[in-house]
Amino acid sequence: MDLQIALLLGQDGIVNGAIYALLALALVLVFAVTRVIFIPQGEFVAFGALTLASFQAGKVPGTLWLLVGMGVAIAAIEIGIALRNGTLRRLTSALGWNLAYPAVAAAVVLLGQPGSWSLALQVVLALALVVPLGPMVYRLAYQPLQSASVLVLLIVSVAVHLTLVGLGLLFFGAEGSRTPAFSDASFDWGGVMVTGQTLWVVGASAALIVVLYLFFERSLWGKALRATAINRTGARLMGISTTQAGKLSFVLAAAIGALSGILIAPITTVYYDTGFIIGLKGFVGAIVGGMASYPIAAAGAILVGLLESFSSFWASAFKEVIVFTLIIPVLIWRSLTTRHVEEEE
Amino acid sequence: MEQPMILEVADLRVGYGKVEALHHVSLKVRAGEIVTVIGPNGAGKTTLLSAIMGLLPRRSGSVTFLGSAPGEIEVERMVAMGMTLVPEKRELFGEMSVEDNLLLGAFMRRRLGHRDDAATMAEVYGIFPRLKERREQLAGTLSGGERQMLAVGRALMAKPKLLMLDEPSLGLAPLIVREIFHVLGRLRKTGVAILLVEQNARAALQVADYGYVLETGEIALAGSSAELRDNPRVVESYLGFGGKH
Repeated sequence: MDLQIALLLGQDGIVNGAIYALLALALVLVFAVTRVIFIPQGEFVAFGALTLASFQAGKVPGTLWLLVGMGVAIAAIEIGIALRNGTLRRLTSALGWNLAYPAVAAAVVLLGQPGSWSLALQVVLALALVVPLGPMVYRLAYQPLQSASVLVLLIVSVAVHLTLVGLGLLFFGAEGSRTPAFSDASFDWGGVMVTGQTLWVVGASAALIVVLYLFFERSLWGKALRATAINRTGARLMGISTTQAGKLSFVLAAAIGALSGILIAPITTVYYDTGFIIGLKGFVGAIVGGMASYPIAAAGAILVGLLESFSSFWASAFKEVIVFTLIIPVLIWRSLTTRHVEEEE
Repeated sequence: MEQPMILEVADLRVGYGKVEALHHVSLKVRAGEIVTVIGPNGAGKTTLLSAIMGLLPRRSGSVTFLGSAPGEIEVERMVAMGMTLVPEKRELFGEMSVEDNLLLGAFMRRRLGHRDDAATMAEVYGIFPRLKERREQLAGTLSGGERQMLAVGRALMAKPKLLMLDEPSLGLAPLIVREIFHVLGRLRKTGVAILLVEQNARAALQVADYGYVLETGEIALAGSSAELRDNPRVVESYLGFGGKH
């Protein structure tokens, strides 16, 4: 291996690592706020990429029907609850988000001919379809089990994951898709070719991480999410609803997932089940951070990306094996270094 | 002149599983009044506050707060209406700064559109200057007394109409207990109603206007603080020199 190849592999590793880092942050966030290990995170990656690809092929993406279907299901549940308790005050907003919003989205997709739109607008529309699926999944699958144990929530996550992968196959078929690059530019940096898309991925990931940081450090809702993660009872006593915080964390996770998918779609062919492996690599990063530390999780995810790209050069058949084996020394190291502390008083 | 009623609990029953922790408890708190609930460990004092706040479901009975008795008591709604609880375990956000803890105390007010948290924070710093010195520090690194001050200060950030405190004296040095109770006395003058749950009956009856004695989930005695202080049963069980109370 010469320097040229090392730089190329390094570049590849950082690009993938940046995506894994975003997913790792989303996993840590969802786990901290709701104690859900969000295995379906990867499906949002695939849905984001494939929804965009559908627009470009002039097709109606199946995620639209998922949005409409889940919206109708949630609306039915909310109406049932409102009738039983005689509380109608919250119904307007629930119906707005779950019936009116999907209806508007359907009208735009079916009548607006998004196939002829600019790439930027298609990206916005893809996000508008996929991101609301996050809080909807929370409402249907996790909210009724808010106080269940981590294990129960994990089992639910597996079920949600399998359901969404199956729906992905139904919606998009077994064929993979690739979308055009955001930019055709490429640069020659000391003999290494850097494509515009590479810069897009790294730049967008870095920008998103900065935005997330500012959100958690500066905004009231960001602080409220951190407070819920630190002390749920304390947060409730401040009037921070556990449900609201959970929904918000799922909005962020779905947005991060869908955006990651849209960023990688021009680099790699995305299949209906591609998201799972990508999500798992983000999960390895999150484990390095103990599912608690954002910076260590992000660093761990970039390490996963680099390890993956170098091992694909030396032992490409064992690429995934090497990446996922990383989890074992990490777990041993973590179990030796972290003292198990009793629940804080 | 009678002050307006802030809180009225009638026939409240609360249980965990098959065990009933509170049987038919009734009490009243008026504006500008400090009402204390004293009683031994395990009498159901914390359960009482948790049920009023909506942290625990009730079996029956009603909680009327500011004239309205919600069918389903939800914590967020009670906070929005002006009720706050300083829990026994403080429940601070340990990995966040003192100032962020205070800011989150005003979370519901901010959501309801009030933008007065800077002024309220200045007031809280006026009451507890120690918190101002420590405002950049993480809440988890504070001393016991400072943590209690932060818990009370955070509750005050919500500008409550009813402030409920669960064992504020627990584990604190007598000097700090006196300081906290002094603050409660000053708060009462601003019209805040205070429901104070205490094992430290001597300190509680000194500052309170009215008191209830809760024993094994039932109100055993009720009366003005002066009456309770002179009641032989209270003297023997809760104020006696032999005990640690």
